[in-house]
Amino acid sequence: MSQLHKYWIAYITIARKEVLRFSRIWVQTIVPPVITMALYFIIFGNLIGSRIGDMDGMSYIDFIMPGLIMMAIITNSYANVVSSFYGAKFSRHIEEMLVSPIPNVVILLGFLTGGVARGLTVGIAVTLVSQFFTSISVHNIFLVFSVGLLTALLFSLAGLINGVYAKSFDDVSIIPTFVLTPLTYLGGIFYSIQLLPPFWQQVSLVNPILYMVNSFRYGFLGVSDIDLSLALGVILIFIIILFSICMILLNRGTGIRD
Amino acid sequence: MYALEISQLRKVYQNGFEALKGIDLKVSKGDFFALLGPNGAGKSTCIGIISSLINKTSGRVKIFEHDQDIALIQAKSKLGMVPQEFNFNIFEPVGEIIANQGGYYGVASADVKKRSEFYLKQLGLWDKRYVQARDLSGGMKRRLMIARALIHKPELLILDEPTAGVDIELRRSMWTFMREINSQGTTIILTTHYLEEAEQMCRNIAIIDQGNIIQNSSMKKLLSSLNSETFVLYLRQTITELPAVKGSFILRLIDEHTLEVDIPKDQTMNELILQLDAMGLQIDSMRNKVNRLEELFVSLINRNNKAS
Repeated sequence: MSQLHKYWIAYITIARKEVLRFSRIWVQTIVPPVITMALYFIIFGNLIGSRIGDMDGMSYIDFIMPGLIMMAIITNSYANVVSSFYGAKFSRHIEEMLVSPIPNVVILLGFLTGGVARGLTVGIAVTLVSQFFTSISVHNIFLVFSVGLLTALLFSLAGLINGVYAKSFDDVSIIPTFVLTPLTYLGGIFYSIQLLPPFWQQVSLVNPILYMVNSFRYGFLGVSDIDLSLALGVILIFIIILFSICMILLNRGTGIRD
Repeated sequence: MYALEISQLRKVYQNGFEALKGIDLKVSKGDFFALLGPNGAGKSTCIGIISSLINKTSGRVKIFEHDQDIALIQAKSKLGMVPQEFNFNIFEPVGEIIANQGGYYGVASADVKKRSEFYLKQLGLWDKRYVQARDLSGGMKRRLMIARALIHKPELLILDEPTAGVDIELRRSMWTFMREINSQGTTIILTTHYLEEAEQMCRNIAIIDQGNIIQNSSMKKLLSSLNSETFVLYLRQTITELPAVKGSFILRLIDEHTLEVDIPKDQTMNELILQLDAMGLQIDSMRNKVNRLEELFVSLINRNNKAS
């Protein structure tokens, strides 16, 4: 058996383990975000949205739908990797992988697969639920899928970095609460940045989530506040940076080796 | 060929504590090797570095001639590790823990199935294969870690306190199993606080203390260096004072039926028994006061403490 085939078996093992982990407890991992997003659709979309009127030439509920799906993808892909990696560290079963002849890149890809799988599963579930509230057609399915996948990948990488540095369960929730949630809410999910004064429009451009939400929205609705190629470029650059950081941390053994 | 070759291995932790002070160690292929030492001596650090869970400060580690600095993946593939503390996901079923470990080592699923059935049956865990690991008893958890470590057929197996907290019956069955694994060609390095276990199982031994190897020889040679052995004799007759025996035996009266005697290396038990018999004293039974290796171990550690 070639070494590459052995690595493939190792990758499939980690990926399957990660997917099984969240799918076994689907009541805790899949159902809650879907219910939360359904509430967003009901409250912000139907009840309040009907009084807000149009946004960028479309109904408010149609405008926020892609952003809400994106928010579900972001939070779930991040949460999956950070909780899984920290849990493995905490109960020390990460050592099973560390003593095994697996290159760090395979370990990383295995965890990322779990994060991406959960992010996309929840994203698809939220999309299906959204069909009860909206009736928009997809402008560019390839773009929707690509941006969804890349965003899930990016936040899985971010989750792993958080997991590497986390020393307690509090550390697992600090970044999502104090960094991720504000950035997501200010990332143009609920409004077009054209509504902001010029200064805050410029400030918003520093928020990477704005690029993901807008490119995803373009995939669904064909409208965006941001140039599409710039948005995709930003996502890819962030993926490359975070992937490199993850590899450096794993190779150094930060947080996992004495 | 050496299963393990360590040279000038040194580890200084971030807090400045020097856990290993440049140790050298060689373990031959096929050996059953004891690595002993008191708590905090550096054993776990040494094992942690061999299994690449701890980053070394300097030195070299070779496993079956694969230098960890050059061919880490190949070195790791030869190694099986049974750690002191449980390090599996307690929410996973037993069979899945074993299967995952096989997967990490790139073992094909058909082979994993065959091997896990074999080892789980050997270690009495086959009936528990669908049970979550958290529901196993302490002894079963230890056996689970042994089965897990063997799934990829390692050539070097490190057992770090494998029988800690295990009852004597189970411990003996584990000894039999370990001997069998060793007789099939697997090199075993054992750390244990049960020195009787090390004495019975291991052919060669290294004692580590304060980050240094203070003894490294064959078990036979080490035990032969013992200057005297202490026995407890249970007498049939009642005695009130110490019998006057010739030679350099040192006797102590414990109670009216029990004698404790130090027998120097240059004298035999026969000489003592003959003298006691001539005095009309018969021995009902006798035992070693402490395990021989234990006696040596304590004296070596004490000597090292005094020297440092």
